[in-house]
Amino acid sequence: MILGSINPAVLMAALMVAATPILLAAIGELVVEKAGVLNLGVEGMMIMGACLGFIVAVNTGSPVLGFVGAACAGMALSLLFALLTQALMTNQVASGLALTLFGLGLTALLGQRYVGITPPRTPKLDLGPLSEIPFLGRALFSHDIVVYLTIALVAAVWWFLNYSRAGMILRAVGENHDAAHALGYHVRRVRVFAIMFGGACAGLGGAYLSLIRVPQWTEGMTVGAGWIALALVVFASWRPWRALAGAYLFGGVVVLQLNLQAAGVKIPVEYLSMSPYLITIFVLVLISSGKARGSLNAPGSLNRPFHASD
Amino acid sequence: MRQPLLRLDGLTKAYPGVLANDDISFEIGTGQMHALLGENGAGKSTLVKMIYGLVKPDRGTMTLRGADYAPAQPSEARRNGVAMVFQHFSLFDALDVAENVALGMENPPPLRDLARRIREVSTAYGLPLDPNRLVGDLSAGERQRVEIVRCLLQEPKLLIMDEPTSVLTPQEVEVLFRTLRQLAQEGTAILYISHKLDEIRALCDEATILRGGRKVATCDPREKSARELAELMVGQVLTPPERPAKPKGAALLQVTNLSLTSNNPFGTSLKNISFTLHAGEVLGIAGVAGNGQDELLLVLSGEVPTGADQVQLKGTPIGHLGPNARRKRGLVAAPEERLGHAAAPDMSLTENALLSGAQRKRLARSGFINWNATDRFAREIIAKFDVRTPGPNVLARALSGGNLQKFVIGREIELAPDVIVVNQPTWGVDAAAASFIRQALLDMANRGAGVVVISQDLDELLELADSFAALNEGRMTPVRPAKGLSVDEIGLMMGGAHDMTPAHGVNA
Repeated sequence: MILGSINPAVLMAALMVAATPILLAAIGELVVEKAGVLNLGVEGMMIMGACLGFIVAVNTGSPVLGFVGAACAGMALSLLFALLTQALMTNQVASGLALTLFGLGLTALLGQRYVGITPPRTPKLDLGPLSEIPFLGRALFSHDIVVYLTIALVAAVWWFLNYSRAGMILRAVGENHDAAHALGYHVRRVRVFAIMFGGACAGLGGAYLSLIRVPQWTEGMTVGAGWIALALVVFASWRPWRALAGAYLFGGVVVLQLNLQAAGVKIPVEYLSMSPYLITIFVLVLISSGKARGSLNAPGSLNRPFHASD
Repeated sequence: MRQPLLRLDGLTKAYPGVLANDDISFEIGTGQMHALLGENGAGKSTLVKMIYGLVKPDRGTMTLRGADYAPAQPSEARRNGVAMVFQHFSLFDALDVAENVALGMENPPPLRDLARRIREVSTAYGLPLDPNRLVGDLSAGERQRVEIVRCLLQEPKLLIMDEPTSVLTPQEVEVLFRTLRQLAQEGTAILYISHKLDEIRALCDEATILRGGRKVATCDPREKSARELAELMVGQVLTPPERPAKPKGAALLQVTNLSLTSNNPFGTSLKNISFTLHAGEVLGIAGVAGNGQDELLLVLSGEVPTGADQVQLKGTPIGHLGPNARRKRGLVAAPEERLGHAAAPDMSLTENALLSGAQRKRLARSGFINWNATDRFAREIIAKFDVRTPGPNVLARALSGGNLQKFVIGREIELAPDVIVVNQPTWGVDAAAASFIRQALLDMANRGAGVVVISQDLDELLELADSFAALNEGRMTPVRPAKGLSVDEIGLMMGGAHDMTPAHGVNA
């Protein structure tokens, strides 16, 4: 029995780790899109975070500083996007794609001397007796702090969007920027802050890959995680908890197919490798297509440029 | 004389190429209903935007309750007790009523208290609203209530209303007027922008009239006739459209036993409609909005095909043909919705001219566009129909509603069709442009074309139509000669025999 060799507790633990980088990037992009901006540069910002976070961590010996550096790097790249799309009014889709290509190219250059180095280890969070609980302790309570902070971030974003005034203004800007402007809200300012938040989150997600999940720097190591995060936001109907569920589903299938590969299942490796993408999209489509509710949730001003008429 | 609440003194605002407001001064008294009248582009919107803090005046001062008043942004205006209800609603579809209200307030209470206050205020002023409903699900009248309640919660001293009735049914207008009168009695001043003269004469104590960015008069609208007001607004003597009496020509358009199930869940299905339109005839089709007008236009224009024989043009079955084929044979249509249906918002006027003119004007041959001819065609429409725009390269969405309407109707008329079908041809259009469009339609009929006018404006229909029919829940009454029809008879036709109870304005 092949499946017998897979330990569910280990699988669960690995799933949470695999999902975290995507979830971080997705939750950031979710806020950006709720503000009415489509930033396709998630992949570029992620790899910037992965590379810069790695460099900072290696040079300072501190993973914490590495994560801070990664957030700053992602934010810096997102500010470039904000400058292009909010001040210079360039097309958001084209600018986002350019950002991704730019990020991939720049990190290949910056990270050249860091290939093959091991970064400082990020310690597991000591949860004392909790991690002693059979099964659950191994599955849920044996992770590094970033995993838990990411879940807390999802909760915070959910609360911010639904229960805070600032979150309401952000949704209003994304829903109808002309109306928000007429009421006297600063559409551009709100959007720039949202874009910066998205950049920081993507940077953190990237750093989680290079500092904890892999942990190593290789060129182009995000391999499409940013794109999955983007798809996740849409199929999760711009809802934070659904994005979390989607990310964990994706992480779960990734880990499972790796285990199946290791166990030598008689399915070609190529099919197994593509399965996480297929299954995630399939499930999320099923969820969001119910009575076409999903698309109704899209922010009304998404990807529409804002010109203040006066 | 009541104490002035707001005094404007020499307000001036210039945009590149236009002097939007030139040295405008007037006063609004406490509790006064003050009308601001003017054609499209006369500078009304710019003026109120300055009062509301959205635009800074180049010159001039404002005084509010004796103190200097120069709001840098809307929130400052709101703090000073100035509130505004926008013409295009400043609402957010995906947010609920309470959230929409909160967004327009300076210091909103927690949402639960707010919901309670929304209920209180909305019942006190006869504007029932459920704070938990999504704004996207509300009707136009209910959406306006949200805007008004949002203003009322801040207990404004001055309420600015920008063309509030253009989207309302007559019953909703009545409710609105009752609310406004109640507010004025409580001491709130109202600045009421409109170009519906009857409304202003019924509602306002004083009117300021703008023309071309300048103030031309301040007067008591109740002492002037609608005609005098209109002439002040336009600056010329208006002539009502004229038409000589003519015998009926040959049958042009025949619709026979037309039924259509609407595939829009909110639409109305057409039931067994038959009529004949003759050369030189204007057929007016009345009805309250949502009784099948849109569906009828879609069927006549060819956007929704039917059985071939059900629509016949000059004896040829065309029911199965699409819009382009019908245009080629001489049937054109102008739908109600200007942006997105009659015109592509993000394309230039030239490109929009091409879209419907390509066949009849031969603007494209073997797949190649003749841009010179298209540009000439667009310029012709602009010149003939007095479309105010810097040129044909301007995007359709940049034009004001009235100007775009002139362009859209002008484009179809210039195609010299045998039959033209228009839906709400003068909706949201100022008096001068409206009378121009009506005259153009009559001229077409005089040249021997058939005209179908679908409209909710009875005065317009009575002015234009030779024959008259009404739509009610997708059924059409028999066509009757317009001459000699009394308003009562028209009311019966519009109501349908099964629906004789008086309409109620408020659905609680």
